[in-house]
Amino acid sequence: MITLELFLNAVVAGLMLGGFYAAVALGLSITFGQLDIVNIAHPTFVILGSFVAYILNQNFGIDPVLIGVVFMPVFYLIGTTLYRVYYVSFERTGQESLSGLAFFFGLMFIIEVVLILTFGVDYRLVNAAYIGKTLHIGFLDMPFRMLVPAIAATIMTGAVVLYMTKTFMGKAIMAVSQDRLALQLMGADPIKVKRIALGIAIATASLAGALLIIIQPVEPSVGRLYIGRIFAIVVLGGMGSISGTFVAAILIGVVESFIATFYGPSWAPAVGFGILLLTLAIRPQGIFGRA
Amino acid sequence: MKIDKFWLSVLVILIAGFAFTKLADNEFYFFTTYVVLQGLIMAVAWNILGGFTGYVNFGSAGFFAVGVYTTVALNKAFGLPLPVLLLAAGVICGLLGLAAGYLTLRLKGVYFAIATLATALVLETIVNNWKFVGGAAGTYVLQPKGSFIFDNYIELLFMLMLVLAVAATAISRYLSSSRIGQGLAAIRDDEVAAECMGVPTLRLKLISTTAMGALMGIAGAPFPFFVTFVDPVSAFALVIAVNAIAMPMIGGTAVWYGPVIGALLLGAIQETATVTISSELNLLIVGVMLVLFITLAPKGIVGLIQDYKKKKGANNG
Amino acid sequence: MIKKVMSPLRIIAILAMVAVVAFAVPAQSKNLKIGFSMALTGPLAGAGKAALIAMQIWKDDINKKGGLLGRKVDFVFYDDATSPSKVPGIYSKLLNVDKVDLVVSSYGTNEISPAMPIIMRKGLVFMSLFGLAVNDKFNYDRYFQIMPAGPIPKDDWSRGFFNLAMAQSPKPKSIALLAEDADFALSAVAGARRHAKRLGMKIVYDKTFPFGSPDVTSVMRAIKAANADLVYVGSYPGGSVGLVKAANELGLKAKMFGGGMVGLQFAGIQKNLGPMLNGIVNYDFWVPEPTLNFPGVKEFLKKYQAGAKGKGVDPFGHYLPPYAYAYLQVLGDAVTAVGSLDQKKIAAYIHKTTFTTVVGPVKFAKNGEWAKTRTLQVQFRDVKANNIGQFNKPGKRIVLYPSSVKSGSIKYPYKQ
Repeated sequence: MITLELFLNAVVAGLMLGGFYAAVALGLSITFGQLDIVNIAHPTFVILGSFVAYILNQNFGIDPVLIGVVFMPVFYLIGTTLYRVYYVSFERTGQESLSGLAFFFGLMFIIEVVLILTFGVDYRLVNAAYIGKTLHIGFLDMPFRMLVPAIAATIMTGAVVLYMTKTFMGKAIMAVSQDRLALQLMGADPIKVKRIALGIAIATASLAGALLIIIQPVEPSVGRLYIGRIFAIVVLGGMGSISGTFVAAILIGVVESFIATFYGPSWAPAVGFGILLLTLAIRPQGIFGRA
Repeated sequence: MKIDKFWLSVLVILIAGFAFTKLADNEFYFFTTYVVLQGLIMAVAWNILGGFTGYVNFGSAGFFAVGVYTTVALNKAFGLPLPVLLLAAGVICGLLGLAAGYLTLRLKGVYFAIATLATALVLETIVNNWKFVGGAAGTYVLQPKGSFIFDNYIELLFMLMLVLAVAATAISRYLSSSRIGQGLAAIRDDEVAAECMGVPTLRLKLISTTAMGALMGIAGAPFPFFVTFVDPVSAFALVIAVNAIAMPMIGGTAVWYGPVIGALLLGAIQETATVTISSELNLLIVGVMLVLFITLAPKGIVGLIQDYKKKKGANNG
Repeated sequence: MIKKVMSPLRIIAILAMVAVVAFAVPAQSKNLKIGFSMALTGPLAGAGKAALIAMQIWKDDINKKGGLLGRKVDFVFYDDATSPSKVPGIYSKLLNVDKVDLVVSSYGTNEISPAMPIIMRKGLVFMSLFGLAVNDKFNYDRYFQIMPAGPIPKDDWSRGFFNLAMAQSPKPKSIALLAEDADFALSAVAGARRHAKRLGMKIVYDKTFPFGSPDVTSVMRAIKAANADLVYVGSYPGGSVGLVKAANELGLKAKMFGGGMVGLQFAGIQKNLGPMLNGIVNYDFWVPEPTLNFPGVKEFLKKYQAGAKGKGVDPFGHYLPPYAYAYLQVLGDAVTAVGSLDQKKIAAYIHKTTFTTVVGPVKFAKNGEWAKTRTLQVQFRDVKANNIGQFNKPGKRIVLYPSSVKSGSIKYPYKQ
């Protein structure tokens, strides 16, 4: 039974969910799309962000979104350090594709297990005044639990897009995978550019993690559920196009919301990945990628 | 001469395995060895594509689970005997590998990796919604009565796994040492160059994906009888996919015996850790070993040994 | 050439031998050994670790009393990492290498079932912890399950929910069913579906959602649109939290809401959800209401709460831990009464006896389940925000069903 009210609510819910997905996928879009680093551990860094938000929220009552923003520099440093290791071990020796992939796979496990050893496997949640409250506009219901992450994610994506298009370093990052020559003509050191890019990518995980724990309870292995979804989003978005990633995230969010509302929610994940497989088979450069 | 040694070893291993079932009365060995051998087949199968051609399969658990559920479905529908189930799982997963390869192998390596991941997730969703095999709730699969010439069913399963593991290794060895193997290695080193030199890259890659799929399916086929309760969570377990990647990477991906060494080592460590230190450390071991090997010894144990020999050779000479 | 082929084979042979030797170290002692596998890592580790704390309390208690059959009790246990494929190996090690005297089960259906063939072949008594209808398939007469689901586990589970609903007037006419895609939740909802059909209710919504979905708001919106009198949900902690929040955010107006939601029994989640819980009717196994104050349970919980500090497990230990203590209590009492480790006699004794345990009197049916269901239906009441201590006291989770332990009456409908 499809009513206009239900239909519009499903759209809005999908937009909010997709906005949040964009926050998680953003970092991967930079690493995977622009640096050619297959950081399969990205969702695990997001979980790390969730746990930082959890600790500070529960002990000091600080707002999770604020924590996510404040901790971005710390995550940035983690990212740049990570790149140093990655560069020395793989890129310099030219073994990045296969070995790099397995490296991040192992890293994912290490972070996860360390989190389990420290926090146990209980579900963790945060408290904030707006959680559980809803914004009603006409017949549209927008739970703040979804609305706040969606807005924060949109602002973060906008900021990254601005940085990438307006600053020198941002342009260099955009060029690093596509045009080495142009990069050299610009006088930028590709290693430094990549280091900063990975730093930014991991920094986004700090906020994404805080947003995640606002939406749902988190335990250390929750991140695994996101691996497939965010890779789907990044590939759909055309690999490294940040605005493309955002649109793809919204698309997946809306599709999942529709399936959940009108058909059987149990099929929602298959539809997302089904779209991905079709895209790969028919149009591998993604929906928004350059042909 | 070379072939004789290998097949002689195979014969010795099989006879020793059979004698073991008759002499040892401690079932524990059969249970743990079964798990190690299952990992070995998965690792060898993964390496046929991942190691020989450089295409990374993240969805190993998907192929394994299709093998598992082939058994569950056919056993429930027709009550077929185990050899038929194995064959069916091999054929179905081989075709699945072929189809997946055909659709995705024209893609760049990373896209292929993601496509395999997505395939596994789509398959899991389908199984979750397939009520006949129990859906997400899982289903019981009771061990058949009678155990051929063995004292009990686990001995039969153990011997079966041993035969399958040896067969998988032999197939992998054949693929790497024949002309096919040379073609595969050419793809790994530089696919474009290989194509220019007239290597039929797509066909070779399809052979690899088919062999990989079939072997993984066969590895999964006896699993329902081993655990007696199957649900998608255990059939699609992430640890299956992780081990399939970690074992070859630790052993060495370039040669056929690399994954065998990696699987025996990692499998033995994991099984020992299960009954000794018993904690999260088990998973940590896999992660740390994987990262250490990849960063410090990218050619795995095989590479370390080769380097050591070279050094010794240089000193002697 | 020969050398080159031999070396890998030799390495493989050495590795295989090392593996065999590593496993062949049996542990010996004169103490009475109870062996089990437990989910100490992986998805069910929260429950598994809590169970282990409870079991160790029992061990200390029994050893203080002089042990079993005059022998000190020791545990031999291994982590199955919530992975069913590890379970057969662990039990074969327990029985063949460690030579344990008694075995009990790990936590949960998936980790119990794989042990059954081995246990049955050896003819051992098997006390099991929270398996849902495992014995339906095996029909093993030495299997005993401590979760108070009842003799027809899958139906008894939700019987209370429907009994309560049908006692209201006017009687509810329609129901929405929702299950998270995994074994327990699906079985619970399947039982609820049978009850709904038996009672002639109209099923207006009947769907499942994927395990671990990040956002269930859309699902709840569809349920709200279906406008059912009753909403019965089977879900796991992540999904339960999301559904309770979404129900509040969207203003779900069902007459009864809840049923089989796992997670709402745990203090950490209760604290976070706070007043959003009020009115929900959900299953539970033990709550601090005066009607469930069985002899020994207070002392047990005191020890548990001391032992649980800093372990990352539920701080109060209401739901599962008393049962993890009780399943060993049953086994211990039976062994003491029989006076030997004769498994046949122990099984016969457990079949015919009503045991006095920290979870009250326990009597088993022929299939090894509780002879009578004692799955509680509790309703959350007067829950305040951000206060974890309130859940350790009576008055927040009122027992509505079964009548033998009832501590209050239902507030109906759930939300106006």
